[in-house]
Amino acid sequence: MDQQVKIDTLTLADLRPEQQGEIVKIETEDGVFKRRMQSLGVVSGTAVTLDRSAPLGDPRIYSLMGYSLGLRNAEARQIRIRLK
Amino acid sequence: MKSPVTVALVGNPNAGSTSLFNALTGAQSAIANYQRVTTSLNVREITHGGVPLRIVDVPGIFSTSSQSPEEKVGCDYIHGEEPDIIVNVLDAGHLDRSLFLTTQLIETGLPRITVLNMMDEVRRAGIRIDTALLASALGSPVVETCALKKEGIGALLDAVAAMASTTPAAAPLRLHYDSHLEAAIERVQQHLSKLHPQELSPVRSRWLAIKMLEGDDEVLRHESNHVELVEEIKGEQSALAHEHDEDTASLLASARFAFSNGLLREVRQQEGDPTAGFKLTRILDDFFLNRTLGLPLLLGILWVMFEATFSLGAIPTDWIKAGVQLATDLVDKTLPEGMFHDLVVNGVMAGVGGTIVFLPNIVILFFFMAILSGTGYLARASFLMDRVMHHFGLHGTTLIPMVAGFGCNVPAVMATRVITNKRARLIAMLIAPFMNCSARLPVFILFAGAFFADIAGTVVFAMYMLSLVAAMVSAVLLNRIIPGSGGDAFVMELPPYRLPTLHSVLHHMWDSAQGFVAKVTGVILVGSIVIWFLQEFPRDITYSQDFETVIAEQTALPDSPEKETALKTLKSAQAQEKLEKSYLGRSAIAVTPLFQPLGFSWRDSAAIMTGFVAKEVVVATYAVIYAQEKGSDQLTETLRGAMPPATAIAFMIFTLLYAPCLSTIAIIGKEAQSWRWAGFSVAYSLTFAWLLALAASRIGGTFL
Repeated sequence: MDQQVKIDTLTLADLRPEQQGEIVKIETEDGVFKRRMQSLGVVSGTAVTLDRSAPLGDPRIYSLMGYSLGLRNAEARQIRIRLK
Repeated sequence: MKSPVTVALVGNPNAGSTSLFNALTGAQSAIANYQRVTTSLNVREITHGGVPLRIVDVPGIFSTSSQSPEEKVGCDYIHGEEPDIIVNVLDAGHLDRSLFLTTQLIETGLPRITVLNMMDEVRRAGIRIDTALLASALGSPVVETCALKKEGIGALLDAVAAMASTTPAAAPLRLHYDSHLEAAIERVQQHLSKLHPQELSPVRSRWLAIKMLEGDDEVLRHESNHVELVEEIKGEQSALAHEHDEDTASLLASARFAFSNGLLREVRQQEGDPTAGFKLTRILDDFFLNRTLGLPLLLGILWVMFEATFSLGAIPTDWIKAGVQLATDLVDKTLPEGMFHDLVVNGVMAGVGGTIVFLPNIVILFFFMAILSGTGYLARASFLMDRVMHHFGLHGTTLIPMVAGFGCNVPAVMATRVITNKRARLIAMLIAPFMNCSARLPVFILFAGAFFADIAGTVVFAMYMLSLVAAMVSAVLLNRIIPGSGGDAFVMELPPYRLPTLHSVLHHMWDSAQGFVAKVTGVILVGSIVIWFLQEFPRDITYSQDFETVIAEQTALPDSPEKETALKTLKSAQAQEKLEKSYLGRSAIAVTPLFQPLGFSWRDSAAIMTGFVAKEVVVATYAVIYAQEKGSDQLTETLRGAMPPATAIAFMIFTLLYAPCLSTIAIIGKEAQSWRWAGFSVAYSLTFAWLLALAASRIGGTFL
């Protein structure tokens, strides 16, 4: 049960450099942001890894669909993932 | 089809649509290696194979339904204008992401051509794409191009011309969704056909139905008077959400990506190491985006850029100076004495010649800017700076308009269109004029060279850094003043590093050189003439003493060193008084009390006033005033004797920050759609400049 809760609350911001993640869903009320992320390939099932972080740990660069996407942690926290 | 045939180039940001546009039409629109360089439609007409074509470069979009303000121009164009042919430009190295837009374009039902751009990068990475299979799967011809190298352009034009002379297929390709979605689409479609009988083709009604289910506010607003329809959409959406535990937009997006993933598995083959292609980017990023080295490197790169702008520029500047001197001497000797002689030598030659010498500095600056933006480093810089800028209520991507501002503030204000949030964009627009544009560069090079010759490059660099700080501080203030809240999400693609083509770098430099020469022969030339007249007239001045008589008396005396000195002093006093009582002198003296606390003389005030038109005029004004007064063309020497170093710093700071030039004020009014904000910008920057210059002259006065 504990395990289940932990997996459910994992977000893109929690992804570590050596881990392989998979997008679950975008959790936001902001429709524009959601559609924007979807058009960039952030949809359920997309594989994602953490590439590197900016000097102060924020924003970070993620690798998905063969390209590099820079995102702030505040936004990354709205994207739920599961580990592969 | 109609004539001319409208061909829209549509692709993701940074997919190379504008490069392709340039290659197709021979245009020279600005390109760079970061997103959203193009913010408005570019249109050019050409003819190929006897077919007149109207080529439209549409600003990049990731989706036709994202409704982000920065994608509005592109989306509105596709929805509203309905081009005859869509040329869908894809970055062939990033197909996984870019086919999403293609699936949406398929649903518009418009005739399409698919372009795989940047094929050279893909081939180098050992990737093979089966274009014949891709063409049949996408229901459109596929053309491989490399727009920067002008490869595949002929084939693309042939394909466009061929498509223009055939009737489009009656039943174009259609994407299939799962049964629940299809059923919902079908029901909405039927409802739409009932509401708009005979008006909608099946393709169009399906497209509208999908858009509405996706939650496209624009389309929904259009149909908002049909309450039933809107209710039905909401019902379908909640039913789908219930069944799939996902909202409709996500379901559709997933289905689109599922289609493109499946397609790519069939048409794309990787030979060799898949990471080989972008290995260099990785290695370079380990260095440039290093967590400890990244920011110091950014500063270092900027320092090198400004140091080189100053010191490398000095060499050709000396040649131009010599040339100007030669020309001035020649004109001086050939023209007969008189007013016209004075106008040409002391007005035109001094003003224009005094400004044109900065041409090499400007060109070198633009060389570096072309390198920064063309390689993809600028996108990295905004990534590195986002956190810092976030503290100031700014957004990392604001750095792009800011750096563009180093060239000229006008495109910088326009470049704020990359910022999604309206309020954030307004703030970016108001701080953009603080960016040290190349028009101010001559002032700093002149002053830094005159007062701080040993560390001139660093002084110039410091002025640029100060302009950044002034912008940041202003952002904090404006964030408090301007009502509302909320910033943007930082969402930015980091493009692979690319080598800018020699052609595009040279073009950038050539363009800046042309622009500068046009300014010198335009506004500077006219400005110099106007300033000369203003400082020459009126001629019937009542002097404080009868100079003519006193000079005549002195001249009559027997020759002696004392006589020479006395004569010199008298003449200079006369010239000084003449200038002070001229129109220029009188109006400058009228405003000088304002600048007295900063230590500025009336000459400095005159330069500041004329600088409102364009900041290069500041240098021209000094050149004209001093050419008149001292009869010397060594502007640097004269300037050094005219004020203490602390005042020079205050003057540089004031010039850096005070009200932007007329063109920038105009563009702020236009882009903010409010003249109040343009007026605010002037008032705010004047106050800010005054206070900072005062501080500098006080602090500088105690140290220097």
